[in-house]
Amino acid sequence: MSVQHHNGGNGHGHAHDGHGHHELPFWRKYIFSVDHKMIGIQYGVTALAFLFFGFSLMMLMRWQLAYPGQPLPLLGKLLGETDMPGGVMAPEFYNQLGAMHGTIMVFLGVVPLAVGGFGNFVVPLQIGAPDMAFPRLNMVSYWVFLPGTLIMIASFFVPGGAAQSGWTSYPPLSDITGQGFFSGQTFWLFAMVLIITSSLLGSINFIVTIVQLRAKGLSFWRLPFFVHAQLVTAFLLLLAFPPLEAASVLQIMDRLAGTSFFLPSGLVVSGEPLKIAGGGNPLLWQHLFWFLAHPEVYVLILPAMGIVAEVIANNTRKPLWGYRLLVYSVVFLGFMSFVVWAHHMFMTGMGTTMSTFFQITTMIISIPSVIILTCFIMSLYGGNIRFTTPMLFATAFLPMFAIGGLTGLPLGLTASDIYLHDTFYVIGHFHYVVAPGTLFALFAGVYYWYPKATGRQMNDALGKVHFWLSFIAINFIFMPMFFQGMAGLSRRLYDPTIYAHGRGVQTLNVVISWGAWALAIAQLPFIVNFFMSLKKGARVAENPWHATTLEWAAPSPPGHGNFLTEPVVYREPYEYSVPGKPNDYSPQFRAEA
Amino acid sequence: MSETAIPYMVKPHPVTGIPNGKLGIWLFLASEVMLFGALFSSYVLIRTGMPHWPPEGGLSSEVLNVPLGTFNTAVLITSSITMVLAWASCKMGSLPKFKMWMGATVFLALVFLVVKYFEYSDKFHHEHFPSHDNFYAIYFVLTGLHGLHIVGGIIVNTFLLTAGSKMWQTDPEHFTNRVENAGLYWHFVDLVWIFLFPSLYLL
Amino acid sequence: MAENAQHEDISKHMGQYYVVFVALLCLTAVTVGVSYLHLTRPLAITVALIIASIKAGLVAAVFMHLISERKVIYAVLILTALFFIILLALPNLTVFEHHSGMPGT
Repeated sequence: MSVQHHNGGNGHGHAHDGHGHHELPFWRKYIFSVDHKMIGIQYGVTALAFLFFGFSLMMLMRWQLAYPGQPLPLLGKLLGETDMPGGVMAPEFYNQLGAMHGTIMVFLGVVPLAVGGFGNFVVPLQIGAPDMAFPRLNMVSYWVFLPGTLIMIASFFVPGGAAQSGWTSYPPLSDITGQGFFSGQTFWLFAMVLIITSSLLGSINFIVTIVQLRAKGLSFWRLPFFVHAQLVTAFLLLLAFPPLEAASVLQIMDRLAGTSFFLPSGLVVSGEPLKIAGGGNPLLWQHLFWFLAHPEVYVLILPAMGIVAEVIANNTRKPLWGYRLLVYSVVFLGFMSFVVWAHHMFMTGMGTTMSTFFQITTMIISIPSVIILTCFIMSLYGGNIRFTTPMLFATAFLPMFAIGGLTGLPLGLTASDIYLHDTFYVIGHFHYVVAPGTLFALFAGVYYWYPKATGRQMNDALGKVHFWLSFIAINFIFMPMFFQGMAGLSRRLYDPTIYAHGRGVQTLNVVISWGAWALAIAQLPFIVNFFMSLKKGARVAENPWHATTLEWAAPSPPGHGNFLTEPVVYREPYEYSVPGKPNDYSPQFRAEA
Repeated sequence: MSETAIPYMVKPHPVTGIPNGKLGIWLFLASEVMLFGALFSSYVLIRTGMPHWPPEGGLSSEVLNVPLGTFNTAVLITSSITMVLAWASCKMGSLPKFKMWMGATVFLALVFLVVKYFEYSDKFHHEHFPSHDNFYAIYFVLTGLHGLHIVGGIIVNTFLLTAGSKMWQTDPEHFTNRVENAGLYWHFVDLVWIFLFPSLYLL
Repeated sequence: MAENAQHEDISKHMGQYYVVFVALLCLTAVTVGVSYLHLTRPLAITVALIIASIKAGLVAAVFMHLISERKVIYAVLILTALFFIILLALPNLTVFEHHSGMPGT
């Protein structure tokens, strides 16, 4: 039966009012909520805050890269004499900013937003469930995550500052920097243990929810692509994160208990032999780290691909092209992501047999990515395209992800990787995939689902300004990096001008930095829009985008239990512009056309 | 708490044939397989990279106490059967029998920890800490993490034995499922030890 | 009715549980006994792992009821087993090839 039409706008409908109206106290409704929508918003807001914070760290770094050794006006004095003596960035501080920028963007920003935020909010709605399978576990997940983030922040304020061995924390350096419990790297490790645990608990919830709680009529082949993407993502998190948790424990032991898991015998530091038992192997950390970190990058992209699929289908008013192909590809992609990790380790002295193996698997994994991108591009063809703000971001994703993906190929081939490894080329490559790739898709998701979550539309004009400014600025940031990398400029280098080949591309550093600061300014319309629309945005009913998937059957915002009547699914997820039907969309949840 | 009713919390799903909790616990165990797998992989990598194992010479069975290890293995195996019997008692409708067998399980788990305490303090007494060499590092981390999992199991099982057992009055089927899921976790902890014991003590 | 069927079901299995229990204890004794034979390292490792796998298999199949579990659980476990093997094998192969002087190192 179809969803009952209700007076649109105030949307605080109550499903299944049988047990009467219990009003929860503030701390149970907003703080320790077990409702997936509230938890999704908690994750989303926390993540957005960390995205901006992590971005700010980079903006500081960009000053040093553009104007090495120059004092930073105004802000330089405020950051203290340890980190910015005389307003000039100390190399140690540069390293801290670098390590924490990466860590925060990946683990405290993108994943919590893509999975914790969008996943939590949208998935139960899209499958017609009243909540996640384990609502209390969901709450625990967030409240294990948050202390982890606070420990990360606290790490800036301990003696010696935050972690400074890259987001990759390679030993021996990460084993020996700082002493004792109150050190940045130790805090990083403990924070990671909490964040990883939170992620594991969350992934269990996602898988059980998607497998067990789908509405009547919602078979696997009728699931929105977003749900398929989140299911694969959950498996990646479930099976790939534990080795990094194990490795973090081992590194904690090295740092606090004096063990030598990652410390080889005969290690000399600053002229002094290290007083350790030795016998460890730094490569062990790399294997365990990258065993997670490679699937992790697919965790970064898969939910984004899911969002792009939803937004494109909705705004082209036609079904996704190659839906089944997309599903097979994303599953294959997820599987392959577990067997490519050592392409991050081509320069560690691996023999040719193993490096050939990883090169081959890496080449193979590009195939499903290309198939997915092709399906999305084909989905545009012949569409009746509405260039709404989410659609602008989703469309831009396509060429941006293409650039990111294609530039990955010379890195996956061992011969060219010899030259490009650890240069700015790598930074350009992965940022194209994550920044104008994933981040744009996440912005698309925010504009797309904001009406569902709040009952109001974001301002489209401001959204378009946000998009165009961001799109232009972001390309000025990352495109020059490929040229810097090919010129041989190393990453994680405090002063590029110490090398002649660095001086040769120093002008580009100025371009990049101004691009970064412009990108920051480009976010202002978004921030203003986000908060302003909460109060002033145009009110909407349950399906403002005239979309077909199940979340648009619920009120905007959905109340306790999500749906006014139990949802039933009657058809495939993207029945747009079906010939012979009166409307250009046939929702999954409506019985008759 | 006005909780929404989540389907298949107790009754099995018509297609998958299992309730949510059972799928959930197996997924959790899958992640635990990867956790301990990473540690076993580390053990192999470090051990094969060293000329002698144990590094200070001799045999593993001379460094670690094999009789105590064997005894502990028997203790855990026994605790696994008492755990199964605890669940079977629930299935057969007897709360007193459940409490007896679950109590035995918790008791045996505590015995295991007491033995480990003696093993550890003996090592510490001889100043053999994890930092001594990688043999001890691996031993302490692997058995330590396993021990933490035992503690976790004790906490869960004790809860089911005491406050948790109130659920038997209102929803015995749900309670039985919980016991089964706790049992799956507990057997897994036994399973890990089945590999740990020979790997560390005998080889 | 349904409950009696359940009772019957369980009592059939009780025998199995006790048999497996005894088997596990015996296999433990065997594994310790074999260690006193001081076999060569590769053989010792192989035998110990085989015995451990049999014990683990019994715990999994009988105590954890895996022998009569559902397809979805099998699917999850097979996937996990695959990645477990990859995690155990590949890092060690990478390092091993580096140490052993195989062509290309």
